[in-house]
Amino acid sequence: MKSHMLRYAATAAALTAVAAVLAIAADKQPIQMTGAGATFPAPIYQKWFNDYQSIGNVQINYQPNGSGGGIKGVTEGTVDFGASDAILSKEQMEAFKSKNGGHGLLTFPTVLGAVVPSYNVPGVTAELNFTGPVLADIFLGKIKKWNDSALAKINPGVKLPDLDILVAHRSDGSGTTFCFTDYLSKVSPEWEKGPGRNAAISWPVGLGAKGNDGVTGLLKQQPGALGYVELIYAVKNHLPYGKVQNAAKEFIKADLKSVSAAAAAMKESAADTQVSITDAQGKGVYPISTFTWLLVPDTFKDADKAAAMKGFLKWAVTKGQDEVEPLDYAKLPKAVADKVAKRIGLIK
Amino acid sequence: MAATSYIAETLGRRTSRGFFARLRGGDEISYLITLACTVSILLIVCLIVYELWFNSQATFKTFGFSFLKSSAWDPNADKYGALPFIYGTCVTAFLGMIIAVPLGVAASIFLAEMAPPKLSNILTFLIELLAAVPSVIYGLLGIFILVPAIKAYLVPPLKSVFGFLPIFEGTFYGLSLLSAGIVLSVMVVPFIISVSREVLLAVPVEQREAALALGATKWETTWDIVLPYASTGIFGSIFLALARALGETMAVTMVVGNTPKISASLLSPGYSIAAVIANEFAEANGDLYISSLIFMALVLFGLTIVINAIARIFIMTTQKRGS
Repeated sequence: MKSHMLRYAATAAALTAVAAVLAIAADKQPIQMTGAGATFPAPIYQKWFNDYQSIGNVQINYQPNGSGGGIKGVTEGTVDFGASDAILSKEQMEAFKSKNGGHGLLTFPTVLGAVVPSYNVPGVTAELNFTGPVLADIFLGKIKKWNDSALAKINPGVKLPDLDILVAHRSDGSGTTFCFTDYLSKVSPEWEKGPGRNAAISWPVGLGAKGNDGVTGLLKQQPGALGYVELIYAVKNHLPYGKVQNAAKEFIKADLKSVSAAAAAMKESAADTQVSITDAQGKGVYPISTFTWLLVPDTFKDADKAAAMKGFLKWAVTKGQDEVEPLDYAKLPKAVADKVAKRIGLIK
Repeated sequence: MAATSYIAETLGRRTSRGFFARLRGGDEISYLITLACTVSILLIVCLIVYELWFNSQATFKTFGFSFLKSSAWDPNADKYGALPFIYGTCVTAFLGMIIAVPLGVAASIFLAEMAPPKLSNILTFLIELLAAVPSVIYGLLGIFILVPAIKAYLVPPLKSVFGFLPIFEGTFYGLSLLSAGIVLSVMVVPFIISVSREVLLAVPVEQREAALALGATKWETTWDIVLPYASTGIFGSIFLALARALGETMAVTMVVGNTPKISASLLSPGYSIAAVIANEFAEANGDLYISSLIFMALVLFGLTIVINAIARIFIMTTQKRGS
């Protein structure tokens, strides 16, 4: 009988110990969050989420399923936050409000990207110059040949061949297309009235290829092809790309500095951070640049998640920015990062 | 309802009996299990159609059946039409079949009737490996190897001989309906070969022996006796291939040029239904846009049914005439 009692006591003690250990473990259990959206910033986001896991005890799972998917996901509440390369329309903001009990959606710029015109012109080794209106006319099908006078005028000293221009564009909906068509819409009234800006549009001319790699395939195989790709993609794959004339009439080659400069040039005191920085004013700016945003609901049901999100955002716009350039993204200028940091307090 | 309760009753009665009685009751159990499997699959098909129908109502209400006739596809203007996509899907699948069917059937005849069994088994194994290659690989091979090859070696002679035909008009940029058709033919040919060979091997030896005994040559036996005997199965393999060709997404979108225009020339770029859904769904914004893409899926569903039905009717009539 006594031995029985002892055994019970021992078991009870062991169980208590196990329970205690489990309780401690549960305490340390990281907060789980999920996000989805833009593919363009996915490499930096994945690195951030990975590095921040040990700092903030939060495990963030990110699915790069496209900006549209991110907007849909956060609106319908299937993910905790979204990510988008494209600016949200008023309708999309309203849709979020109506589906989420009147709560709003906040947008936080995280890094910057750019879109560059890349080409395959046999015999031309010099970097070509482009202006916004010339690019728009090429993509409208009005400039058809590489030796067109409009192109020759901005490329003095370059012998351009008598070759048809084959326009290559993305066929999949993409933030890259949004940025590029947003720029064309700003510099060409005809483009704005016609094809307009969107992640996928109705292209007047050219061939559609899937993804940056598809466009690159076309560029490599078709002499005379002109397309647009993400800056990072062009750099990593050693694609030739041209300079683009900015609003200050300088021909600028896209690089991390000139892209960040585009964001810094945005001085206006917009209460919102959802601003297009294509065709930005100022010297040294690359005109086809864009922010990419995290879309965060202003109210979380779970206080832990709200705190984790705030912590992460604060880290991302300060220390996290040091990790940006090694991955070829342009970082937020200090002024913008400060502005974003102030807006983090809006999350409840 | 009555039937189910009857079966349940009998089952109940059976289970109350001994082990051996229950084993004999396996008839009913297997009937119910296999029936449930069939019904669940049918249910999945119905659910898919219902979901597609339900979620594409916005498009149907806005455009009605003119959606099928319209060539507009402009997300910015919120105008959508399916015709160029239907055209591209049909043309690429048809082109793929024109190349794949003679190739596949001839190869299966060789493998089943002429090749030594050992060689036949090895070759069939290798051919079936083709069916396991992911379609994105076909797409990449298409872009980087096949398209340049077509451009360099196939199109110039085609244009010089048949250039006067409208189907070979215009500049060839590589990405085109023709390229998509050729890639599709490579993708579907293993289905035709693998199934057709099995069907040919299943033709009773007596059929062949009888023909040979009557003095037919080997080829006459194959052509006049074995092939007609196996025709239903061979057509089955062709349907399987056709279904794959109609629904193929990745490989097609990578080589078809993704341009929603209708052009008689096979050398011009086109677009297919599956490709536009895959390309644009993730980034689609706006209810009508999404609804239109879903409606496209419904159209593809309908198209598959219609084309299969036409093919079946065609075969039924030709077979009747044959006999």
